[in-house]
Amino acid sequence: MPGRPEQHEPVTLDTFLRGLWEENPVFVMLLGMCPVLAVTNSAINALAMGLASTFVLVASNSLVSLLRHYIPKQVRIATYIIIIATFVTMVDYAIQAISLDLYNALGAFIQLIVVNCMILGRAEAYASKQPLGATVVNGLGIGAGFTLALLSLGVVREVLGSGSLFGVSLFGENFQPWVVMILPPGGFFVLGTWLLIFAAFRLRKQRRTELGEVAQHER
Amino acid sequence: MIQEGTAQSPVSPALTRSMLRTLGLVATLSGLLVVLSYRITLPIIEENKRLAIERALFKVIPGAISRQDFMITDRGIELAQSDLQGTALYAGYGQDGRLKGVALEAAAAGYQDVIRILYGYDPYCQCIRGIEVLKMAETPGIGDKIAKDPVFQENFTALEARANATGDGLERAIVLVKQGEKSEAWQIDAISGATISSKAIARMLNDSAQRYVPLIQNNLAVMEPAS
Repeated sequence: MPGRPEQHEPVTLDTFLRGLWEENPVFVMLLGMCPVLAVTNSAINALAMGLASTFVLVASNSLVSLLRHYIPKQVRIATYIIIIATFVTMVDYAIQAISLDLYNALGAFIQLIVVNCMILGRAEAYASKQPLGATVVNGLGIGAGFTLALLSLGVVREVLGSGSLFGVSLFGENFQPWVVMILPPGGFFVLGTWLLIFAAFRLRKQRRTELGEVAQHER
Repeated sequence: MIQEGTAQSPVSPALTRSMLRTLGLVATLSGLLVVLSYRITLPIIEENKRLAIERALFKVIPGAISRQDFMITDRGIELAQSDLQGTALYAGYGQDGRLKGVALEAAAAGYQDVIRILYGYDPYCQCIRGIEVLKMAETPGIGDKIAKDPVFQENFTALEARANATGDGLERAIVLVKQGEKSEAWQIDAISGATISSKAIARMLNDSAQRYVPLIQNNLAVMEPAS
């Protein structure tokens, strides 16, 4: 949302929904691709990563929004990074406390949330210009969109690559898993397919609106 | 960031003060939050780690229900104390309080990264009773079979690791053979397609057992309960 400085928009359902669909961080904005490809080899990893990123996004952007009048623009990026890094460290400890297995599975990618451009991008483009309420709702929307995108990759990759979903075996003993799907190339395959589907949907919608406009003109 | 600002435009003292104030405030707040979450989660994380070790321990020493930590030092095997330097050794005891076996960590380079395992050694049958992978980065679906594959795990129900007569190594080294060619108790059947990962397991078990098995056999009295 560049070019709308300090022009507060009303908080509506759309503020939330935009993150899920129109401005989906993964499928539309193509942000935060590193965790999207790296930790979506199982649904549970994808869900945990999505929730952790959502927490960091909402918490750090709330703080940025609260402090937005006091942050001089010369040091704003440094300030954002400190704030984001703080919440990432908290999430890091929290995940270690919740489950060591999950912590080992996610590996270095929890710490790497710090440099997820989705979060810094939201801080710069939205939270630094909008009041707390709108920031929280928008952050939740974007976070939900990110989690949804990760899950849609994780579910497909886990079902095809290990024959299970959330660790529950689906096809029984005789299923020969499609191992490449849980390896890095599988991430690219599945992401590419999802992007294709999303682009097709958007294109169709666009064409339909254009047709509608033409029809209105002719009437 | 501050220097960059200075280079671009003259910075008034007021702006400098406000930058210092903001960064100082944010850094303080950040420090507080990090310390707070560290203090809150520390006991839970420690407990988690202890549980993880115990879970692995009781898996590699069949029949064990309690444990005691020891250290392998220059003088032999001693009860673990915080000021002792050495290799950790966990002894597992069964229902009757008798020593069921000991567990040790071993590590070697795998296909992608170092593989670390915990293995259980039974001093009475002089064999390895189980392994549990603690940390690895092997290829999913191929190398990571070393942790889960039931056929491969079968190798470690009674893998011979007998101390030799001179007490400086194993009587017969633990070796890796091609899948399906295991015929002796000290051989490990490789996983076909995951030779490097299988080799790493065989190598780390052999290295560790050559070094520590004679030591364990000589110090059994230390670990046996007094009764």
